[in-house]
Amino acid sequence: MSVADLSFNQVTKRFGKVVALDKFDLDVAPGEFVTFLGPSGSGKTTALNILAGFAAATEGDVRIGDRSVVNLPPEKRNVGMVFQSYSLFPHLTVFENVAFPLRLRGTRGAALTARVIAALEMVHLGDYAARMPSELSGGQRQRVAFARAVIFDPPVLLMDEPLSALDLKLREQMQLEIKRFHAQIGCTIIFVTHDQGEALTLSDRVAVMRDGQIAQVGSPQEIYDRPNSQYVAEFIGRTNLFRLNAGQGGTWTIDGLGVTMPPVRGANATNTLLSVRPEKIRPVDSDEAGQVSFDARLTQVIFQGDHVQYEAVSSGGSPLYFQDYRGPGTHLMKRGEQIRLGFDPGDAVPVARDVA
Amino acid sequence: MKFRQILWLFLPATLLLVAFIAAPSFDLFRASVFDPDFTTEHFERLINRSVYLDVMWRTIRVSLTVAVLCTLIGYPVAFFINLQPRRRQTLLLFLILIPMWMSILIRTYAWIVILGRDGLVNQMLAMLGLATEPMQMLYTSGAVLAAMVQILLPIQILTCYAAMTEIDFDLIRAARVLGARPRQALARVFLPLSLDGTLTGLVIVFMLSMGFFITPALLGGRQDTMIANLIEFQVQRLNWSFAAALGVVLLVLTVGMIVALRGAGKLLARRVLKGGL
Repeated sequence: MSVADLSFNQVTKRFGKVVALDKFDLDVAPGEFVTFLGPSGSGKTTALNILAGFAAATEGDVRIGDRSVVNLPPEKRNVGMVFQSYSLFPHLTVFENVAFPLRLRGTRGAALTARVIAALEMVHLGDYAARMPSELSGGQRQRVAFARAVIFDPPVLLMDEPLSALDLKLREQMQLEIKRFHAQIGCTIIFVTHDQGEALTLSDRVAVMRDGQIAQVGSPQEIYDRPNSQYVAEFIGRTNLFRLNAGQGGTWTIDGLGVTMPPVRGANATNTLLSVRPEKIRPVDSDEAGQVSFDARLTQVIFQGDHVQYEAVSSGGSPLYFQDYRGPGTHLMKRGEQIRLGFDPGDAVPVARDVA
Repeated sequence: MKFRQILWLFLPATLLLVAFIAAPSFDLFRASVFDPDFTTEHFERLINRSVYLDVMWRTIRVSLTVAVLCTLIGYPVAFFINLQPRRRQTLLLFLILIPMWMSILIRTYAWIVILGRDGLVNQMLAMLGLATEPMQMLYTSGAVLAAMVQILLPIQILTCYAAMTEIDFDLIRAARVLGARPRQALARVFLPLSLDGTLTGLVIVFMLSMGFFITPALLGGRQDTMIANLIEFQVQRLNWSFAAALGVVLLVLTVGMIVALRGAGKLLARRVLKGGL
């Protein structure tokens, strides 16, 4: 088992006038699972391609372990990679696909066979060695691609939206398998996706990308609970964003809700919004201590089985939504009902407003 | 929709094939063995006279040489085009297609202008002082070969190119990142995946070469006579039955060689796919 740290150091990639990656900085610890999360064009794939050696950085340095790799061709970097469309060699059997990296490294005979079979068994495809890729289902191809990418024990594994071609159920199942493989193999994993749920499920840390830069990097809990910008707050999950107005004595009033907030750290009236996640807002009896509360009318009730999504308008005219997870003692409310809602000020996060 | 309900869609193609391929072929075969009563004399004459066997053997040999040369030249050209940016690919393919708009007759005459006693090549050689006497290039086997390769090359380039565009570039990237040097990625992934299309092109070029007539007639000497030239000669002398027998032989040789080439291609593919090159 081998594992390595890696780092991007002020990496810039320009395609003509377009800046795909802008002074990108990131340190990844050995064995860490880091996800590059962002919409298309945010630079996440460019960063991965520079790491794999498919694209050259215009400026900056990339290191894997203790060596700079910017001048190394892909085959010298010793990284494994799983591609979006699997990219299994269609003319080779499952066995030969998985054996491919080992053959190139000079492994032959019984040692080769043993390792290939072991890798196929790890991904539960021990009986499929003689099949052609075209005879496999999407999930099976994905697992072969994974076995092929890790069989030569690379210290770093790259995964480029590997699950995006699978249907939802299979995707969730594969997420759990990838998590299990990571625990088993222990190599450093860089995972690229535009699916925020996938990023939260899999990662030790998530780097939220925007316009070739990292908007925020942190653990899934950090970026969900403490987004640092409107962009991150809106990209990860759903949220309510309220405008703040300066009140007296350092307090704030929330536009549209007509309530007063205790002082919020790091907020100012010109560029700050207040982000409150829908699951943090709930119906309250009159004025509970420590809660910010306000009157609202329900405009939409969406029943989802394990939870209910409510849309509402505050008495001050602000639209908002919240979720009820149907714990013991809760009941389904009706559209048009007048209710009192509230949230804990500690669950409200000030975020920088997007300039655009 | 049921197969029987759409069966009539085959009708136009079937009628066309019966009218213009099956019926004439049958007629050809009939003419070769009825003169006017049943006889095998024309086939016996073909087999017993070494001059005819020589022509058959030469036709196969020249066609194979042309097919192999077109492949050796065409594959790298297709490879190069496939690596270019999209727009330049379109331009290059257009340039390759232009000669195919001209008739084979015109392209063959162009070679007379180039290779003749006072042709382009001899003028150049004289100008550079490399030759005092004009070189004899017309009416040689080399002239026939050069012209046939030039005429058929676009077909092989386009066939190879079509096969290459089907190859997902991520497969090459995958091979590289998994440890293959560029040459290894080429040999183990790109070449095997373009092999089938390349062999198809080779067979097409071979098939077309087998029936070549104008080019050997105009650019070659007696020693370059191919089966099609023999057929024309016999038709001129109104030996219909013997010409028909030659036609049957050409058909059988061509089909037989295609089957053999396909078989050899499959064997080669299996070897390449198993252990790499």
